[in-house]
Amino acid sequence: MTDAGLYRTVALIRGFERRAVELVRSGVVPGGIHPYTGQEAIAAGSCAALRPDDVVTSTHRGHGHVLAKGADPARMMAELAGREPGLNRGRGGSMHAADFALGVLGANAMVGAAVPIAAGAAWALRRSGSDRVAVAYFGDGAVSQGVVLEAFNLAALWRAPVVLVCENNGFATSMRTADAVAGSILGRARAFGIPARAVDGTDPREVLAATAEAVARARAGGGPTLLECAAYRFDAHHTWEHAARPGYRSAAEEAAGRARDPLEVQGARLAPEVRSAIDAELDGVLDAAVEFARGAPHPDPASALAHLYATEVG
Amino acid sequence: MPKLSYLKALNRALGDEMARDASVCVFGEDVRVAVSNVTAGLVRRFGPDRVLDTPISEQAFTSFATGAALAGLRPLVEFQIPSLLFLAFEQIANQAHKFSLMSGGQARVPVTYLLPGSGSREAWAGQHSDHPYGLFAHVGVKTVVPATPSDAYGLLLSALRDDDPVVVFAPAGALGVREDVDFAALGPVPLGRGRVHRAGTDVTVVAVGHLVHEALAVAGELAGRVSVEVFDPRTLHPLDRAGLTASLARTGRLVVLDDSNRSCGFAAEVLATAAEGARLRAAPRRVTRPEGAVLPFAPALDRACQPGRAGLLAAIEEVTTVLGEGGGT
Repeated sequence: MTDAGLYRTVALIRGFERRAVELVRSGVVPGGIHPYTGQEAIAAGSCAALRPDDVVTSTHRGHGHVLAKGADPARMMAELAGREPGLNRGRGGSMHAADFALGVLGANAMVGAAVPIAAGAAWALRRSGSDRVAVAYFGDGAVSQGVVLEAFNLAALWRAPVVLVCENNGFATSMRTADAVAGSILGRARAFGIPARAVDGTDPREVLAATAEAVARARAGGGPTLLECAAYRFDAHHTWEHAARPGYRSAAEEAAGRARDPLEVQGARLAPEVRSAIDAELDGVLDAAVEFARGAPHPDPASALAHLYATEVG
Repeated sequence: MPKLSYLKALNRALGDEMARDASVCVFGEDVRVAVSNVTAGLVRRFGPDRVLDTPISEQAFTSFATGAALAGLRPLVEFQIPSLLFLAFEQIANQAHKFSLMSGGQARVPVTYLLPGSGSREAWAGQHSDHPYGLFAHVGVKTVVPATPSDAYGLLLSALRDDDPVVVFAPAGALGVREDVDFAALGPVPLGRGRVHRAGTDVTVVAVGHLVHEALAVAGELAGRVSVEVFDPRTLHPLDRAGLTASLARTGRLVVLDDSNRSCGFAAEVLATAAEGARLRAAPRRVTRPEGAVLPFAPALDRACQPGRAGLLAAIEEVTTVLGEGGGT
């Protein structure tokens, strides 16, 4: 992908999240969101290394992954707003956005829960004879979940073509990574014989290059790779913090964290007129997405349990 | 007619479906050597690519099967011990089960979870003896407890063909049951439909799993005195409420025989359904494990917690007192 393409994805996510936070404040998006702001280079770079038929699983902080894999921002915003034309018909919301046609097997609200799901999907794709791969996104907070480490074991044993993208944004809600992780994230993967490397998660180019290498290895039958992508979570853990202000990091620390901004890292690689043309195009796309979400019909309460089962019984 | 054992019926259903549908595969501990016997011969017939021995890693392989299902396979996951369901409850109840609704109908998760030897195997103690089918019915996972070999065959087949997660409990007390079967007539048994094993007019005994055979034995003993109808729900969720209330309309009396804990258990749901939808002539009774029971190790203590014939007989006496006394109370 070109530098302009990477920038467009980073800026798309940044602009989407800014508008989504506004819609939380104005009450259009119920329940709040976990903003992805600051981590955009990870989704943009890693998804740029994928083919349309590859699959991903995402997290509670998943808007970036879903958008970078190609989801329609208007239907995504409508999903956040709980509307019928949303990606999941308003049944999933921010933490469960999915677009199976694009290989987005769903964001997942349980920390780390999707890692074995991605590994299983990857294994099944390889077993069917294809060279498709899966990416499992998860945060630094997930590496202390037993099921994630169990999934590392299975993925390595059975050479599942899965790329394990750990987004280390410095915090599991309020807990600092150093206070939560004994040893290291890379060491946890290496203990299972999984190649692991640290990546600058604020630079889309670096993430793209590292993911492309891991994807090539997975397609060739080499099994999983872990990428620990470091970035700083610019915004709250959840928009709930905007009101509660739990204050676990100082303004000075936040300013320092924001100093390296993936939007500027990638934007600086473009001619100013190219960048502003992309910005203008995205403003149109995203303003239209907000309008679409605001105007989209609410689901009919009579259909509250539609899709509870794929096969109706009785 | 040839005899078919319950255990062999499960083996046969799984083998037949694997032969019919190449997307069916098996995950579980020691399934290649078939410790439970359900998977006997399958690795030889279908290869190690379709019969996968897993590490002792229940949470991961349960969700691994979910991922494989999302990618087009139809896995069966075998758990050697019923209490492993507590460990994998998140992966079944909170993940696999919720994908369909939360994705707005985009996702299908056709996974069958099989529990060969659920409930007490006697003297396997507190952590190997549970019968947690009520938990799955409560959260809305399709839940099946076959009682007979032909139902075990047919319900497992239907579970494997269903596009949703289905938990199949094969009670330890039923695994040895044998039945005369016309093999050519074996086929799928629809989920969600109960079965009247014995028709009667005085009392409906709703019995689950292996206890169906206890209920039939008691019904036989009482023949001539009390006419007992034995209703086997077969699928606990979705429950065949129409079949149940039709039986209650015939008998007007109800006893439930359920090998799970009393409070908030499956028997309570049957009683509630009867209270809401049937006109009973006597207060219903349930014969269950005690409230909040943990099965003790010593065989006599284990048995003391299990519902059985004596309790069922007493309960039938209680609800049919009016018959014996020729009116009265």
